[in-house]
Amino acid sequence: MHNDPSPISRRRTLLLTAAASLGSALPLTSFGATDKKVLQVVAPWEIGGLDPSKTGYIFTRMQITETLVNVDPSGSLAPGLASRWETLGNQLVWRFKLRTGARFHDGSAVTAADVARSLERARNNPGVLGNAPVQKIKADGDTVVIELSRPFTPLAAFLAHASTQILAGSAFAPDGSVKAVIGSGPYRVTSVQPPQKLEVERFDGWTGPKPAIERVAYLAVGRGETRNLMATSGQADLVFTHDPANFERLKALRTLKFQSLAIPRTIYVKVNAGHPALKDAPTRQALSMAIDRAGIAAAVLREPAAAATQLFAPGMAEWHVPTLAPLTRDLTRARELLKTVGWTSGPDGLLRRDGKPFKVTLRTFSDRPELPTIATAIQAQLREIGVDLAVAVMNSGEIPAGHKDGTLELALLARNYSLVPDPVGTLLQDFGPNGGDWGAMNWSSAAVRDAVAALSATNDPQRRSVLRGSIATVLQAELPVIPVAWYQHTASSSTRLVNVSIDPFELSYRIAQMQWARAT
Amino acid sequence: MRRQAPASAFTGALARGLLRLALRAGAVAAIVGAVCFALVRALPGDAAYRIAAGRYGYDIVDTNAADAVRRELGLDRPWWNQLWTWMEDLAHGRLGRSMVSGDPVVEELAHQLGHTLQLSLAAWLLALAVGLAVGTAVALSNRRWLDRLLTSVGLALRATPAFVIALVLATWLAVHAGLLPAAGHGDAQHFVLPSLTLALGLAAGLAQVTRHTTGHVLSTPYVAFARTKGLAPPWVLLRHVMRNSAVPVATYSGTQLVLLVEGVVVVESFFAWPGIGHALVHALIARDIPMVQGTALCMGLLFVCWSALVDAVCWLLDPRLQGHTVSDSRK
Repeated sequence: MHNDPSPISRRRTLLLTAAASLGSALPLTSFGATDKKVLQVVAPWEIGGLDPSKTGYIFTRMQITETLVNVDPSGSLAPGLASRWETLGNQLVWRFKLRTGARFHDGSAVTAADVARSLERARNNPGVLGNAPVQKIKADGDTVVIELSRPFTPLAAFLAHASTQILAGSAFAPDGSVKAVIGSGPYRVTSVQPPQKLEVERFDGWTGPKPAIERVAYLAVGRGETRNLMATSGQADLVFTHDPANFERLKALRTLKFQSLAIPRTIYVKVNAGHPALKDAPTRQALSMAIDRAGIAAAVLREPAAAATQLFAPGMAEWHVPTLAPLTRDLTRARELLKTVGWTSGPDGLLRRDGKPFKVTLRTFSDRPELPTIATAIQAQLREIGVDLAVAVMNSGEIPAGHKDGTLELALLARNYSLVPDPVGTLLQDFGPNGGDWGAMNWSSAAVRDAVAALSATNDPQRRSVLRGSIATVLQAELPVIPVAWYQHTASSSTRLVNVSIDPFELSYRIAQMQWARAT
Repeated sequence: MRRQAPASAFTGALARGLLRLALRAGAVAAIVGAVCFALVRALPGDAAYRIAAGRYGYDIVDTNAADAVRRELGLDRPWWNQLWTWMEDLAHGRLGRSMVSGDPVVEELAHQLGHTLQLSLAAWLLALAVGLAVGTAVALSNRRWLDRLLTSVGLALRATPAFVIALVLATWLAVHAGLLPAAGHGDAQHFVLPSLTLALGLAAGLAQVTRHTTGHVLSTPYVAFARTKGLAPPWVLLRHVMRNSAVPVATYSGTQLVLLVEGVVVVESFFAWPGIGHALVHALIARDIPMVQGTALCMGLLFVCWSALVDAVCWLLDPRLQGHTVSDSRK
């Protein structure tokens, strides 16, 4: 046949082959409108795997899995999978009683043994629980018992972290890896396609109030431009994290509700206080006074309220100290302070001391797109007082690595204080005796160290308040890290949805409480 | 005599083609493997921190987590030791596990390759349809202004980065007209914007090549003879013009895979399309070395297979090539 085929039949064969391959390439698809009954959530975070220690926060935010402890809208700890908890024996034993009637999505009842297994896994994997002084986790009837080696008050807050989410026994493969996300939340997984897509539906075995939204789809979209288009075109109902450049336009749209919310995350400059140029507190204060926080907040972050006046944002009610003298810009005072520690201005306008110029490098990274922009703004602002600052945009890992080998001078980063709802856990890491990878470097304060240690051992509200105040005061005066801005979490929701609220701790998307504006 | 030749010629050409394909694929695999290894090592920054950040989120990563990753993956071994294991695994077809997700690279690639192939094929067929139709129509019309318009629009489309085309198309068709979803995957309608973005640039080049080749064929004596002998115009077009212009067009469309692969990386990450291009970008950011190698290898082999396919199509289309092979094989 191929000896003398006519050109037409050959061409037809080619075309048919091509058409057939396209046909087979589009299986199970239909040209239909997107099902408007499915709530579409869009966020930048990709699903990195099913293990809770990886991107487990996506499963807790989608309300598929639960943690023992939750956080209520006021930021206080609230019951989650544990209905209540108590401490015994000089705060060395914690007992978490499980909510009665709780069921996993495979139909099995949630038992204390299931919880103990998940927590034991969490303790041995990277995450927060490994940093708590846990000695033993065991099941006792319908109660999970955690024994500690020393008193540790933030334990309950640690158990609100997504890496401590509780999975059913059937979620694990024989080798201990997670093969399916089988949780106990109001929504159950119908399909998960890492790294981008997740679909859930309402779980009928949920004993709490019945959610109004039946089906939800999650899509990870890395590009800000694409998220913006998905929000403005109405394709997505709930979109998290918008680029500052789009804020005004999103606010003006009638089909959307745009929300910007201060969350417990602070953008600050980590300082190597052992560096010859940076070792004096007056120098660090002068650097702080040269930073135009209001300008950065308005021009880069497009949110004037983001300018930090101290380390902790006002939203962190217990930690923010309203009486603390705010960090402000004062170039005259900055120059005076620099003079007191021996810096003089050279002919080129740059500061010198003992013949050496004030020349330092600030490391930052682009995982959070605003950081390099803020870094260059700070570069220009410090130039005004004669500091020659170089900006190096690197990988985030260069900051802990530079901390370890001592080569880091300055770093600009965003620190999350809501990893656990009680920032004590983070402060313990950041301001310990040797500083912390993301916190102080070659700086330590016995007062701060003692206060943080005391905080993790006392429940007395009065005493805790005094301790918190003393920590904030020392940090403000010594500036081992120089706060720049309080992070703003942004989200837009379609007006088709009502009862939308944003969780400042980013623990949940709160979909179970949302409703369609009218039946579609 | 002439009748018997093509059968043996076909088998011979097929065998030679397959051998060439295997050699090329082997060379590409070795080069990609070595280059990936060198590239990833040349990237600034400590890979252990980067991989740990990719796995657990950078908030959680500290020196302990990075050290654990270093130990687990043997990143502290000397580079030549790592390269040896690397090439040995590659030779055995072991692509390893993703350092970020922990899943076998082959499984991840299987998932992503399907998405990329679907998108590329849709884009390429769209480009072929538009490019061939426009190019042929312009050549047949024989109007200078139309020719100039085709050249200008073609040049503009080819010079515009895929990212800009994607942004403009999504703004028009998804936001303003509300006709299509702006991004995502799963339904047939999700194909339209990404494949159109890729197809526009490809179609522009294809239309120009088609126009020039068709124009050239139209001016040949054999077309003039076919017309003079009274063959109906559609038959002239089908039997003489299209057949003869098909070979250069097929060869050119083969080279377009480079553009397609380049475009796929941008388009997939813009439209949140879970293909190889998207995976490559993320693997590079996260320093996921096995995934970088797997995706690059996949793209390289795709290219080799595509070239082979184009060669085969040209061989089928052009009897002169077959005759040439026959005489070669008799020597």
